[in-house]
Amino acid sequence: MNFTASPVLAPRLPLWRSRLLVVLFVAGFAALVVRAAYLQGWNNDFLRAKGESRYSRVIEISANRGRITDRNGEVLAISTPVKSIWAIPDEVKFSAADVPRLAGLLEMSADELRKRIQSAERDFVYLKRQVPPDTADRIAELRIPGIFQNREYRRYYPGGEVMAHVLGFTGADDVGQEGMELAFQADLAGKAGSRRVIRDRRGQIVEDMESVRPAQEGSDLRLSIDAKIQSQAFFHLKAAVEAHRAKAGALVVLDIVSGEVLALVNLPTYNPNNRSRLAGAQLRNRVLTDTFEPGSTIKPFTIALALEEGRLRPDSIIQTAPGKLAVGRAIVRDARPLGALSVAQVLQKSSNVGTSKIALSLKREDMWEMFNKSGFGVAPSVPFPGVVSGRLRPHKTWLPIEQVTMSYGYGLSVSLFQLAQSYSIFARDGDLVPVSFVAVDGPMQGRQVISAETARAVRAMLEAAAGVGGTAPRAQIMGYRVAGKTGTAHKQEGNGYATNKYRASFVGFAPVSKPRLVIAVSVDEPSAGKYYGGEVAAPVFAKVMESALRSLGVAPDAPMKPVVLPPESERVEESI
Amino acid sequence: MVRLNLMLLVLLIACAIGLVGAQHQARKLFIALEGEGERARRINVEFGQLQLEQSTWAMHTRIEKIASQFLRMSAPDARRIQVVPAVEGVK
Repeated sequence: MNFTASPVLAPRLPLWRSRLLVVLFVAGFAALVVRAAYLQGWNNDFLRAKGESRYSRVIEISANRGRITDRNGEVLAISTPVKSIWAIPDEVKFSAADVPRLAGLLEMSADELRKRIQSAERDFVYLKRQVPPDTADRIAELRIPGIFQNREYRRYYPGGEVMAHVLGFTGADDVGQEGMELAFQADLAGKAGSRRVIRDRRGQIVEDMESVRPAQEGSDLRLSIDAKIQSQAFFHLKAAVEAHRAKAGALVVLDIVSGEVLALVNLPTYNPNNRSRLAGAQLRNRVLTDTFEPGSTIKPFTIALALEEGRLRPDSIIQTAPGKLAVGRAIVRDARPLGALSVAQVLQKSSNVGTSKIALSLKREDMWEMFNKSGFGVAPSVPFPGVVSGRLRPHKTWLPIEQVTMSYGYGLSVSLFQLAQSYSIFARDGDLVPVSFVAVDGPMQGRQVISAETARAVRAMLEAAAGVGGTAPRAQIMGYRVAGKTGTAHKQEGNGYATNKYRASFVGFAPVSKPRLVIAVSVDEPSAGKYYGGEVAAPVFAKVMESALRSLGVAPDAPMKPVVLPPESERVEESI
Repeated sequence: MVRLNLMLLVLLIACAIGLVGAQHQARKLFIALEGEGERARRINVEFGQLQLEQSTWAMHTRIEKIASQFLRMSAPDARRIQVVPAVEGVK
């Protein structure tokens, strides 16, 4: 067959059409070549990023919560990783044998587990949080679809109930809820970081691309607390609270040279590792967040002010007979008539009448200033959650009778912590030491409140008060000179005072020749017969002080003679 | 000319193989580094757990209890304690 003869091919195509086609093809290829060269050579970032996104991953770098240690480095709180077990209810497929096995590992009944998963209308449910890692591994081995695990942290407190009120605790997400854990949350927590990495097909990280956010480990916190003194204090206070069938007790130990809190104990307490049954009373920090009317422990401040103003000398005589003093319509009473006393004896015997007479010679604004400078009515500057300022009313509202009652500790309220800190003006040479919960290591300078001479004079009176002939002979320690003041106060109830409910307290320091520690003890509602501060609180002070001074290696400043207690008939009864 | 080209080609291939080898080596080392980092984290966790254990065993209340109840020890009376004054230069 002759193709050329075909009539279809007979008409000749114009040459420009084939040329145009060639030009178009060439242009097209050229465009592709240019584009390819552009992508490969010049603008390759975009494609590289796209490629990398297929096998690169951003992974979290978790940050550990910092440890809390005592001043000697003993660990008081530490976080270790645990697992949380969670499920997506729709995806859970149990085999018959799985349910009891999983329930057993989670320590719940099979019914409870089923209910947990079925009742949830959410697409996410926690089965159990804070599961130990080895249990979590065994759960993972069951390979149940729809059950997943997350890494989280659990905080452990080896000190348990002894340290509970100082440290506080953290919640399920490792966030501080109470105490130091809350106060130093920002420092302790640290910040989780993340980084971008390339994984190979086996899931191994083969290349670091960039650090999106570097992780910041939580910093460790070294407290001023001394674990040994703390546990001794806990032990002795607990024994006293049980022996006197008291409702509660509180104790604080301050290092007066550095202003550090060496121990802080509260009863009743709780175990921070197991907080399933927790009542408000157990959580209360009675040292820092509770206030009370201090009673006689305030008297040294009234007397210090009178000495400071030069109105009286320690040996000035004050007539307290007949043991009663009418102020307006009210009557101030002593437990028994004490006759003519020197100022030092007023404090030693804790005479209300004597103190009231001294107070009446003082201006109310001066008394207010004295209390205020000593830290009453002002929240202590410690970063503790819920720290209270107590109540010190403005002096303009004081009536004469109120000025009198305040001079012996009624009509104002303070916390035990404030009381302990305020006694530093007598234990040091008249300055109020700033307090700290974090280790300071070194002496601190305070704010001058009274002169050094006045401080020394009151110190001598307080030593007499804690000796034979004072209200607290039971505060004595063999080998050390101690000074301190008892307080026994009626508890407020409703609008008045309860006649049979007391708070026994004692604040003191030792050794007198070169004071090192202040200890304040308060026992709430002792109900086994004895209720005087000198009988209930002072012995706790003595025991804790003795063991603390010994463990700190403080040199004795008194001869090693057994403590002399006065016979029962010569006991000085404290005025309440 | 041809010989020069051939030489350059051989050189190029050698460089390319070297690059691949180096990359491989780098990744292997990096994986090892990651492994060690992971081990360090694990050891740190274990250290924490051991510290916790130590603290728990060495709790003062526990020591006190064992000393007084099982070993029948007691703190010495203050009269039986001799305080030695610090000597200059001795720590």
